[in-house]
Amino acid sequence: MDKKIVLETQDLTKRYDGNTVVDNLNLHVAENEVFGLLGPNGAGKTTTILMLLGLTEPASGSARIFGFNSTREPLKVKRLTGYLPERLGFYEGLTARQNLRFIAWLNNMSDEEAERQIEQVLESVGLTEVADKSVGKFSRGMKQRLGIADVLVKKPKLAILDEPTAGLDPEGINQILDLIAGLPELGTTVVMCSHRLYEVQRICHSIAILAKGKLVVEGALDTLGREALAEGRYRIEVETDEPSPQLIEIIGKISGVKNVEAEGNFLHITTDSDLRAAISKVVVDNDVALIQVKVREFSLDDIYKKYFHEG
Amino acid sequence: MITIIRKELADYFTSIRCLILFLLVFVASAVALYAAQQGMRGANTESGFIFMGLFTVGGTISLYTFIALLVPVIGIALGFDAINNERSTGTLNRILSQPIYRDSVINGKFLAGMITLAIMIFAAMLLVGGYGLRMIGVPPGAEEIIRLFIYFVAVVLYGAFWMGLAVLFSILFRSLAISLLCPLAIWILLGIPVSVFNPYISFIVPAVTDSLGTGLILLRLSPYFLFSEATAALLDPLFKGMGMYTGDTTGMLLYRPLSLDQSLLVVWPQLTSLVCLTIICFAVSYIVFMRQEIRST
Repeated sequence: MDKKIVLETQDLTKRYDGNTVVDNLNLHVAENEVFGLLGPNGAGKTTTILMLLGLTEPASGSARIFGFNSTREPLKVKRLTGYLPERLGFYEGLTARQNLRFIAWLNNMSDEEAERQIEQVLESVGLTEVADKSVGKFSRGMKQRLGIADVLVKKPKLAILDEPTAGLDPEGINQILDLIAGLPELGTTVVMCSHRLYEVQRICHSIAILAKGKLVVEGALDTLGREALAEGRYRIEVETDEPSPQLIEIIGKISGVKNVEAEGNFLHITTDSDLRAAISKVVVDNDVALIQVKVREFSLDDIYKKYFHEG
Repeated sequence: MITIIRKELADYFTSIRCLILFLLVFVASAVALYAAQQGMRGANTESGFIFMGLFTVGGTISLYTFIALLVPVIGIALGFDAINNERSTGTLNRILSQPIYRDSVINGKFLAGMITLAIMIFAAMLLVGGYGLRMIGVPPGAEEIIRLFIYFVAVVLYGAFWMGLAVLFSILFRSLAISLLCPLAIWILLGIPVSVFNPYISFIVPAVTDSLGTGLILLRLSPYFLFSEATAALLDPLFKGMGMYTGDTTGMLLYRPLSLDQSLLVVWPQLTSLVCLTIICFAVSYIVFMRQEIRST
């Protein structure tokens, strides 16, 4: 199933004083997914985002969001896109509601629509109670929530979030991640930058890893994991009591099984496809007590480490 | 853009900075009124423009002098943190990631500042005019009202120049202190030699002008000087411009007021130059701002 691509960059490049910060970047983000942009500090993530929004001009290449060129038609892009900067600032003298209202007005919302929308987003980020307090008195986490409300108030088709969970407590992180994960259902595609890999793993469908301005890898999270660590194969772990050498031999004969290794009570089986059913049947047929069979999942941590060891 | 003006205006009117500026203007008006009251009796009323004397009589503490002094300060105070403050608090990139043109940010801020400035000056003039009217009991003639109105426009233009300059520095420099000091330094630099040369502060038709000449051309690059010349001619119908005659011929001048259109003719180049200087400031601001990186860090 081919999904519509909403964000696309072609050989996007940015140089500062001769340093190439973003180097021929080609990204593709499909509609209604959560896309994670990863990379160490200084990898060029923020610069890429600024170019996507037309806030910085690329040295060469182009970015298109919903088919609009970010450099030439920034207004159309910005109408559809919400951006949460890494360091967010609000008018400290104004209340949360006034800050949001200003943004709603800048987006040409009518008064009633703005009020309705503000009420709704304040509720979804859990700030309804403090909506009329001035932002200067907000804690870091409250500001972060307000930042997300700020992105959502304009009902963007694409939300670009730079470190959306920075400064939040664990409970807040969960709440915000759930909120972000729910956005695609409401018709908002999300691109998020984060250093917390488990967050990305939890909610992102696809990721791209950047290093020194170059794209290291891009793709859907589940396939990436297999490609990164097992050359595209499945790794199945079988726990039994006392695996016999014959069993290993028999399993090795199942079509699709590439390799079987024993390690204590565990068998590590590398296969071309998900053969859990066949393997467990063989184990049981050979009168060996089967304790568990599972496909080893790859954590993003593994993927990340793998690429940065090689790089 | 209207949204930005609306928000900036709301910001200005609730800020302590504006409260202080308003107080300053209010105190200046009160002092000027007192000076006018003291000086009015002995003032030169031959020209027949008595009401206007309220603004000019009193020498160094007349409203005219105060305004010439205060307007640059107000302009700078309103504009010096326009952009770099937003940048340092991180609100600038939030605004610019909204679907608005970059120039509407500058325009909005600038216009809001101008509106604030206009209100301040208008209030000061009304205050002095109103109390003065009670004091002297001579109503202003139609020509006086028109002259005062044009004077008001000139003052706002002058303020616009200083605010434009301050906004330019706030785009160029990230530090608030530098963007405040630079326009202030320029103001002082332009102000000092002019007040040394300029005999109009005391509002008397100059007796000696032949020492000027080429100096005059240089002086006319200074908005401070342009403004003093323009307003002198506007508020004093006897003023016939500078540099058109030498000391020898001064005695031959007729002691007769100029009509409104003639006065306007005298100040037209000065007003145009002021507008030009403002536009230059603005053009540079635009170009710099358009090319600037908008980063959050």
